[in-house]
Amino acid sequence: MSLVLDRHPLAQPQLQMERLEALDLPRSFEDAIAATPLGELRSTTVTTLQINLGKRCNQSCRHCHVDAGPDRAEVMSDDVLDQCLALLRQPEIEALDITGGAPELHPRFTEIVEIAAAAGRQVMDRCNLTILTKPTHRHLPAFFAENRVEVVCSLPYYQARETDAQRGTGVFDKSIEALRMLNEVGYGRAGGGLVLTVVANPTGAFLPAPQASLERDFRARLRRAHGIEFTRLITIANMPIARYLEWLERSGNIDRYMSKLVSSFNGRAAEGVMCRNTISVGWDGSLYDCDFNQMLAMKTANGYPRTVFDFDLERLRDRRIAVGPHCFGCTAGQGSSCGGALD
Amino acid sequence: MPTDDQPHAHYYHAADLDRFSEIGEAAPDLARKFFDYYGAVFAAGALSEREKALIALAVAHAIQCPYCIDAYSSKCLEKGSNADQMTEALHVAAAIRGGASLVHGVQMRNHVERQSM
Repeated sequence: MSLVLDRHPLAQPQLQMERLEALDLPRSFEDAIAATPLGELRSTTVTTLQINLGKRCNQSCRHCHVDAGPDRAEVMSDDVLDQCLALLRQPEIEALDITGGAPELHPRFTEIVEIAAAAGRQVMDRCNLTILTKPTHRHLPAFFAENRVEVVCSLPYYQARETDAQRGTGVFDKSIEALRMLNEVGYGRAGGGLVLTVVANPTGAFLPAPQASLERDFRARLRRAHGIEFTRLITIANMPIARYLEWLERSGNIDRYMSKLVSSFNGRAAEGVMCRNTISVGWDGSLYDCDFNQMLAMKTANGYPRTVFDFDLERLRDRRIAVGPHCFGCTAGQGSSCGGALD
Repeated sequence: MPTDDQPHAHYYHAADLDRFSEIGEAAPDLARKFFDYYGAVFAAGALSEREKALIALAVAHAIQCPYCIDAYSSKCLEKGSNADQMTEALHVAAAIRGGASLVHGVQMRNHVERQSM
């Protein structure tokens, strides 16, 4: 159930930020960055346009930073979407990163993919897998293959118990079914060029395992138990936002988890965070430095374009990134954000 | 940390685990050598970090150190192990502890044999 449906106070992004700011942390994210060669967190380019098509989802994962779910009605409107698609004409934007919610539930999802692919852009779909098993969406694996979409799919663990505990009963089995469907059309198979990226995030209040060793474990276990192949695995730390923040507080883990994130700060990981080459568009057309800032209602910093309608690449390319305590989630250990850990 | 009016209410305090490095405030050279060695032991080598964390978890239970149990339960999860693997590691510790008791039964039997008609 979403925090909104539950009428939980933490459904309000402002309250989430207040709770994070009130934590007694050893240092601020600004101070941590100031002690690195970066000095402050700034973008260097905008090669990826990430669009969040809305908060509707067929799942209600317990760690969801979007607070997405079947009850959420927010969806990107035609005028915002058309403006996003027009931005793809800018040559600097090489990739379209599509997320949600379950972005496949957007009525114009296939049209978006086709336009971006026809424009020669790399297209990534952040997919929860189970949506592909719905009768209404079973055609998507073949459609993805046809348009050379990179499927970036969520699978927190290679076993049902851990996966279902986080994502809902029965999700693991459906995820395996969806992975098989993707394998059948060529995803994850060597030499085919169809990229199937598995995203693994911890199923509790701890940091992700080292990416390379976890990839080895996933590859061996999924191959042996289910005959599944994938291209690569990336690890992402859970962000103390929305439902995961609520769970951290309720389970008494918030202080220890945040201390762990802060003490694991890695300046080198900060250099590779996605916000340095991405701009994130919300369902209502607002601009953000990343999807996490989006869910905390932290728009691009004052003085920079703040909606897709006054998008200006010249002014957004080298911009000061809005930061908060949650940013430690992307810089802990080997790093995370939406692009996975450092190699 | 124990309060002034109850300095010894409990022998173990979970928060004390984070204060482990304070041991180096006295005899710092020995502490440095120990922590350097400790770090080297747990680095990946012929065994992976994940395997070493599982061994540490099993040993922590064999020596029944609550600090080590907390630390290596977290560490095992952070290295990608799951509850089944961690529990199997504990059974290894339990089997060795139980086996160590039982194998001394041979000594008992020797003794009984010597003293019996």
